[in-house]
Amino acid sequence: MFDALTEKLGGVFDNLTGRGALSEKDVEAALREVRVALLEADVALPVVKQFINTVKEEAVGEKVIRAVKPGQQVVKIVHDALIETLGGAQEPEDLKISSPPSVIMMAGLQGSGKTTTTGKLALRLKKKDRKKVLLASLDTRRPAAMEQLAILATQAEVESLPIVQGQSPVEIAKRAMQAAKFGGFDVVILDTAGRTSIDEEMMVEAANIAKIANPSEILLVADSLTGQDAVETAKRFHERLPLTGIILTRADGDGRGGAALSMRAVTGLPIKFLGIGEKIDGLDVFDARRIAGRILGQGDVVALVEKAVENADMAAAEKMAAKMAKGKFDLDDLSMQLRQIQNMGGLGGIMGMLPGAQAAKKALDNGVVNEKIITRQIAVISSMTKKERQKPDLLNASRRRRIATGAGVDVSEVNKVIKMHRSMADMVKSIGKGGMKGLMQKMGGMKGGMPSEEQLKALGEKALQSGAMPPMGQNMPQGLPGLGGGGLPGLGGGLPGLGGFGFGKKK
Amino acid sequence: MFGWFKKKKPIEDTQNNEEKPVEVVESSEIISIEQPETIPAETPNEPLAEPTISEEAKKGLFEGLKRSSARIGDGITSIFTKAKLDEEALEELEELLILSDMGVETARKITAEMARRRFEKSAAPEVIRAELAEIIAQMLAPYETSKDPWAGNTRPQVIMFVGVNGSGKTTTIGKIAQNLVDNGHNIMLAAADTFRAAASEQLLVWGKRANVPVIAKESGADAAGLAFEALQKAKAEDKDILLIDTAGRLQNKLELMAELEKIIRVIKKQDESAPHETWLVLDATVGQNAISQAEAFIKSGGVTGIIMSKLDGTAKGGILLALTEKYKLPIYFIGVGEKVTDLQPFNAREFANALVNI
Repeated sequence: MFDALTEKLGGVFDNLTGRGALSEKDVEAALREVRVALLEADVALPVVKQFINTVKEEAVGEKVIRAVKPGQQVVKIVHDALIETLGGAQEPEDLKISSPPSVIMMAGLQGSGKTTTTGKLALRLKKKDRKKVLLASLDTRRPAAMEQLAILATQAEVESLPIVQGQSPVEIAKRAMQAAKFGGFDVVILDTAGRTSIDEEMMVEAANIAKIANPSEILLVADSLTGQDAVETAKRFHERLPLTGIILTRADGDGRGGAALSMRAVTGLPIKFLGIGEKIDGLDVFDARRIAGRILGQGDVVALVEKAVENADMAAAEKMAAKMAKGKFDLDDLSMQLRQIQNMGGLGGIMGMLPGAQAAKKALDNGVVNEKIITRQIAVISSMTKKERQKPDLLNASRRRRIATGAGVDVSEVNKVIKMHRSMADMVKSIGKGGMKGLMQKMGGMKGGMPSEEQLKALGEKALQSGAMPPMGQNMPQGLPGLGGGGLPGLGGGLPGLGGFGFGKKK
Repeated sequence: MFGWFKKKKPIEDTQNNEEKPVEVVESSEIISIEQPETIPAETPNEPLAEPTISEEAKKGLFEGLKRSSARIGDGITSIFTKAKLDEEALEELEELLILSDMGVETARKITAEMARRRFEKSAAPEVIRAELAEIIAQMLAPYETSKDPWAGNTRPQVIMFVGVNGSGKTTTIGKIAQNLVDNGHNIMLAAADTFRAAASEQLLVWGKRANVPVIAKESGADAAGLAFEALQKAKAEDKDILLIDTAGRLQNKLELMAELEKIIRVIKKQDESAPHETWLVLDATVGQNAISQAEAFIKSGGVTGIIMSKLDGTAKGGILLALTEKYKLPIYFIGVGEKVTDLQPFNAREFANALVNI
């Protein structure tokens, strides 16, 4: 019932792609399903209706019926309409920074994530844009809200306005701007108290703050798990405040999609960022193509690649890539891979982004596969000597027993790790030279357009056939190499193995 | 419907003393704000009192909920313009219901029930509204609880609060704490959200306001360890109730859900029956994801009841219908504002009436 939109639409279009031609009736039946799927994904009703109409107009007609691959055509129409509704394929504009001190004001409901997002934004402005940032909390209502922002400022290594008890939000805003001016700050971010859109007094206060501070950006921070209310809240805040953009938080939850579509559709405001995770660097630039791709079940491959690049220690990765090019892959390499999987949000995080891996992710979520296994596997490898890690052939029975004792596991666990390593090493051998180069070209080619139906199919099938699924349940180690059709060994190591996802060859 | 039980005291409006200085945790030691005076515990046999709801607060509930549901009521007025209930009107009714976040399935079910009751019969807006409120109230009535959550045999009663980030756990605990104290309970709070910046401080402020001890540690401390020590301390000090705040966590984060399981395991080492209640705090704005939240938190946290916060906004909280239907969990409280008195025991009829605007 609460399947991700991805799965839902996957089911709908499976039926469509299986046919040769599409009748109007087919399209309507499919779109009824799409409607329910979108509603269940919390896209607001008015937005759903508008969306369905757009798609229907496009889909029913000669263009589709005469098309060689009708299913593919409908997928493309839905995909394009999603991107359109989400704000188009171009990247959202960067934050507007006016002459210093430039003011950014944060607004939103209680608990939407304003304060955490303020900290994340500060870090981004400091690191990426090299701005000198001052944070000021105008939240005089929630206990310890000011302290929270001060702590986040410390984490982001930016300054925060000293807390003075008893001041009103407007007074604090004035003090913040003064401090920013005299302190030579480029940007001052005003974090405001959470408020409901029908709290007249509080909405007037927000409008006053905006008037006084004259922000270059007023950002509505909203929870991406929001339901039908997304429309109402976005509309009402937009009526009272000259909003310039939206930030959706908790986009790492499993309820993504709906609120983004709704809010964008009713306000026309760009969604600028997505809040991902609780750590201070968890802020991604919004990318409509990426989200639309996710919704359609293509998986968030672009995000996956970005994450891999982000997390991989590039020097180590290059070293490993060089090694792998020679067909070598020792237990140290395996250990590094496992650690990088953990850094990327664990298996759950990766599989949420992989096309066709929804079911595997479900197994994971249901506890069939335990995330802790990775930790244990790393422990097993850590209990080996350096020599053993480089030459796994040394690992005879007595060594294995010693390692098992050292890692606090059964010998069978050690055996599994060794077996996993062997199968991965074999694969690396077969990848051989040129794998990386070829892969990068393939990925580059992919980025822009829609994958063909063959590619889409290949994605799903590969993920299924590659052994990711069946072994995952009972036998984690063997599942790992198969996950991405041989993708994982390369994943952390700077992409070589990603080719296994099936982007490579058309069938 | 249960109340706060025990001795009634006038509930003070906390708005006036909202701006107390904040206690910042620096020490790595357990911080515990001791009560200057101990309030004597009441005899457990005292007759149960009715909920203490001031007229003003009651108005707040209705205003809040009514505002939030204005569109269902208005919608009905604009849909039901014909003399009799027909297919078209039913279809539009289904859409109106979906707008309250109850989900497609529940909306269809209610629409079907409406059709069964009134198809081809009079469809005057006020008749339809009354019928709709009736249907919804009937659906929710079993989950309005008469169970006194504070009245278990073991002392202290341990109540744990779980939910995703920003759902309103800490604020809800603050309100419950004040209400309990006002009704003569001897309680303790545990700030087991050791992750979010200044989460402990937030609870410490609430503790100070209500004049109850708060067990807190420095940020990053082991949450399970803190909960364990808090229970130890609550036992030693013979508290009636221990309220445990936990960090917000998205239900798809396995390692965080595992942490929750650990907290419970550790608590059980001291008292096999604890936590006696685990309440899932849901934000009223939440959509269908609440189902996935409930499922995961039931599995990892053994949720025994629901609290819905922030019903004073534009969100309607219709997901409660889908949730109770699926998981049969009682709804203990709803939050309809920022004041302490804005936390109300859940009443199915009032909720249904407010939802359809009558």
